[in-house]
Amino acid sequence: MENRTDKNSYTIIFAIGMVIVVGSLLAFTASSLKPAITENQRMERQQNILYAMGVNENEGTSREFISTDKVGEEFSKYIKQQLVIDADGGSTEDTEAYLIDVKKEQAKAKNGETRRLPLFVGEKDGKTFYIAPIRGKGLWDAIWAYVALDKDMVVQGVFFDHAGETPGLGANINQRFFMDDFIGERILDDNGQFKGIAVTKGNNDPKNLIKDDYEVDAIAGSTITGDGVTAMIKADLKLYLPYFKNLK
Amino acid sequence: MGLLSKKDTKLITDPLADNNPITIQVLGICSALAITAELKASLVMGIAVLFVLGVGNVVISLMRNIIPSKIRIIVQLIVVATLVIIVDQVLKAYQYELSKTLAVFVGLIITNCIIMGRFEAFALGNGPWKSFLDGIGNALGYAVILLIVGFFRELLGSGTLFGVPVLGDPIEKTGVYSIGYENNGFMLMPPMALIVVGLIIWVQRSRNKALIED
Repeated sequence: MENRTDKNSYTIIFAIGMVIVVGSLLAFTASSLKPAITENQRMERQQNILYAMGVNENEGTSREFISTDKVGEEFSKYIKQQLVIDADGGSTEDTEAYLIDVKKEQAKAKNGETRRLPLFVGEKDGKTFYIAPIRGKGLWDAIWAYVALDKDMVVQGVFFDHAGETPGLGANINQRFFMDDFIGERILDDNGQFKGIAVTKGNNDPKNLIKDDYEVDAIAGSTITGDGVTAMIKADLKLYLPYFKNLK
Repeated sequence: MGLLSKKDTKLITDPLADNNPITIQVLGICSALAITAELKASLVMGIAVLFVLGVGNVVISLMRNIIPSKIRIIVQLIVVATLVIIVDQVLKAYQYELSKTLAVFVGLIITNCIIMGRFEAFALGNGPWKSFLDGIGNALGYAVILLIVGFFRELLGSGTLFGVPVLGDPIEKTGVYSIGYENNGFMLMPPMALIVVGLIIWVQRSRNKALIED
């Protein structure tokens, strides 16, 4: 006797039923969890921005953000201004600039529209930080960063993150040993020309003591992720140059 | 063991050694190469697969009599993908930090051949309890190999274990580095994972001749 599950009609009905069940299950999960997820992502952005300007709970070599229950408060305490920069270096204030999606803005630029460049001005211990979000491509997926600069575009702090780099290799760009290397690195040369920071192998400075070589030490086994970081700094941070020139 | 019969115990212990999914069935090699550069990633992946394979095997086993055989592979794939996505979403909403750690593994879990392999070879023909044990057993067998490979790759490649330096500081030249030892950066590359897995297979088969095929 033929098994009833071998019939074409049964197969089709089963497939349709499965799609409906799974589809509605996923849609239900996604829509019911969306508010909580969006809130987490919003707090994460605030944590990342504060981390870059040195407002974090780092201990030893561990990397700790400011905790989520006080991040909103600290954010309004340390971030004095949120700006949107235009191509000529002019700026307008926007209190929700931190919610600007850099990915969407990059897509806009590709389509020939004007790209909004968010910039956060923070103050801590009498020092002013200019924090710029940048975004690029790693080996497998997107990588992004928040770079805290002083008015001469010298890096004061940085936070890198990634969507799907190889664990143990490229994924380590969000670890202290890599991020801390950027602190003190210059982006402009003596004439104010944009140089960027390159992630290089064999720059023979593993402790990264030389701060004016426009180079930091790469992570072994993550060449493409490192090149992505270099390219991201070159492409995105350069867009902020007019603003910094206007500051002087 | 009061809870488990002898047969049931075998379902868990067999995949740990003589029927190991990686070294004997040669499944799940791709993820074993990709994420074993450090122990922490090996552990996270092991736990994630343990969960997905345990639950997935039970779900497939419960559905085994109603799944049309013509489209069974795609049904299995949908079950895995749905499970993984739901877990990922729940973690994103309630355990955001943890979900960031797991994010990169999601794709690797869905495409792990061990999961599909166990659904196809075991869960489709056995009851839920047996399937659950089989899933747990195979996931543990997978995790054990991942941890062994991760241990050697992280130790020889970075000189650390779970991120803690155990051999001294390679830059300050302390510990074993003071006598000229260097980290082998090549250990961090996927090909070395294959070689380590090969060595495990060699050791295992030389200890148990019955495993050697003609």
